[in-house]
Amino acid sequence: MSAENPSGYPVPLRSRAVRVLLDNIDTDQITPARFLKSTDKAGLGEVLFCDWRKDPAFALNQPGARDARILVAGDNFGCGSSREHAPWALVGWGFRAIVATSFADIFRNNAHKNGLLPVIVPPAVHARVVAALEADPAAELEVDLPARELVLPSGERAAFPLDDFVHHCLLTGLDELGYLLAHDPQITAFEAKHP
Amino acid sequence: MSAPRTLFDKVWDAHVVAQEPGRPAVLYVDLHLVHEVTSAQGFLALDERGLMVRRPERTVATMDHITPTDPGAYAQGLEEVVTKTLSTLEANCRKHGVRLYAVGDRRRGIVHVIGPELGLSQPGMTIVCGDSHTSTHGAMGALAFGIGSSEVGHVLATQCLLQRRPESARVRFEGRLPAGVGAKDMVLRLIAQVGIGGGTGSVFEYQGEAVRGLSMEARMTLCNMSIEAGARAGMVAPDDTTYAYLQGRELAPAGAAWDAAVARWRALPTDDGATFDREITVDVARLSPMVTFGTNPAMGAGVDEAVPSPDAMPDAASRTALGKALDYMQVEAGKPLLGKPIDVVFVGSCTNARLSDLREAAAVLRGRKVKDGVRMLVVPGSEAVKRDAEAEGLHETFLAAGAEWRETGCSMCIAMNGDMLAPGRYAVSTSNRNFEGRQGPGSRTFLASPATAAASAVAGAVADPRPLLDAGGAR
Repeated sequence: MSAENPSGYPVPLRSRAVRVLLDNIDTDQITPARFLKSTDKAGLGEVLFCDWRKDPAFALNQPGARDARILVAGDNFGCGSSREHAPWALVGWGFRAIVATSFADIFRNNAHKNGLLPVIVPPAVHARVVAALEADPAAELEVDLPARELVLPSGERAAFPLDDFVHHCLLTGLDELGYLLAHDPQITAFEAKHP
Repeated sequence: MSAPRTLFDKVWDAHVVAQEPGRPAVLYVDLHLVHEVTSAQGFLALDERGLMVRRPERTVATMDHITPTDPGAYAQGLEEVVTKTLSTLEANCRKHGVRLYAVGDRRRGIVHVIGPELGLSQPGMTIVCGDSHTSTHGAMGALAFGIGSSEVGHVLATQCLLQRRPESARVRFEGRLPAGVGAKDMVLRLIAQVGIGGGTGSVFEYQGEAVRGLSMEARMTLCNMSIEAGARAGMVAPDDTTYAYLQGRELAPAGAAWDAAVARWRALPTDDGATFDREITVDVARLSPMVTFGTNPAMGAGVDEAVPSPDAMPDAASRTALGKALDYMQVEAGKPLLGKPIDVVFVGSCTNARLSDLREAAAVLRGRKVKDGVRMLVVPGSEAVKRDAEAEGLHETFLAAGAEWRETGCSMCIAMNGDMLAPGRYAVSTSNRNFEGRQGPGSRTFLASPATAAASAVAGAVADPRPLLDAGGAR
């Protein structure tokens, strides 16, 4: 069983994983633009990867995918547009972590703000994750947020980089807007001398 | 003497409000541009906390992503969700006292076209917008980048963002630009060279003789697509070309304020001896017009170069990716795209819908016809671009050639407003992304310059514009 920490992020996050093993998966695939015409986040989980889901063989159409909380993807995940609808759709589906060898900058920022953890692993670890899931698609991965480690089905623990501040926010529930608002005196002082 | 600094260093350092140990910087935002698609959730975050926009005078909104470009569309009535999205932006701007250039306003246009055009985007500024192509404004010598909707809320509420300092990369374009190629070809070559993630974590500064020689609008095209290499932003140091472009614009400083601003801006360019985290060199001396053949902007080549074969790729992942892309595009490896039949030509978007882009397309089309069976849309980047183009008769050239002359908006770049490509159809497009389905589900996009797009419209197939350009032509 996983408990929730003050931010709502599950500790530990243990789940089977879905593999979409392509590099450069762009946000237009994650959430096609025609679904951005809305003023809230409702229902976006249902349109996640919707054009690729038309293919019955696509990973999200396989048994168990609906319950997966971890997505394993290729390099440079989330490239393209700044739409936060991409992490909203992934979280709407139920994903709380993406394992990849790298992420696009804006997507990574947006993911942090929505309790979706970009887990960056070196290519060798990524290959072992993929091999383990190929051998047993129902095998579970574990994301240990406090330790910043990914636990493979073999028990191997692989450290992943996570910005200290983002780590702190995800563990304590500190929200960034609150942090910024607390800087009001400094912002006011800055504005007084800024052209 | 302080240590030599880059343009990026100077702009960054001048905007750090606070920097606690181990924490990201609190970075001040000079200009926050807002549009209808990514702002509603940001405003909602303020409503939930009972907050108001901190600096409405530093916030400017427009409508571009979902507005129809068919002049008759408003009379016929808009889709309910479109009306709701537009009226939500209107209500948010009214409540918070934010300037809004709504449909019908003479200053409306694509957010990254109107910022520079109105003189809002200025050297040395930090500029953000809930849109990845905010990198465009880096052409002014600003640090400009895209943010998500949560961050839109942060900036609305505090005029600040939490940011880790990115790395810097110098991108030097070496060699003299040949005739018949321009900024779009330069940036597509750069992206093909470094890859779609090649700039991740970095801010590019573009340098070199070929960059200095570009007009401001061409520099905007160059900076616009920085994000397609994954870069956080792209910048060009301000110079006399920048000041000549800005002076006299509606919202640029004037009088004594202008002189003071220019004096400040002249200190911005990168100091001699300043170092970058990375150096990238792109040789443009033999650059051909570029066209993309695949499903991301890095999958591009000269129009006369062969499309690469998946077998020639260095690793399994890139073999898979290229194979999948060529299959989606139904493009043959081993030969150039030249002559590949197309269905639609789109001249528009924040990349290539400024007056100089329209002139470039018109120069190719003048006295020629769009091939039978090909649909060509020309969508000006703003109301001002439309007025200026009409004043010099460009619309007549487009209409005489058989192209459609439409209202401003993002249009077929993102296909949210009803302008879209049918499944399986091909477009040569002056926009910035050729992702699967970008221009409509199942659509297939070849990215290119306005000249290449116009030449392709005439040929009804992917074409090299050089034979159609007069000596010393539009560029």
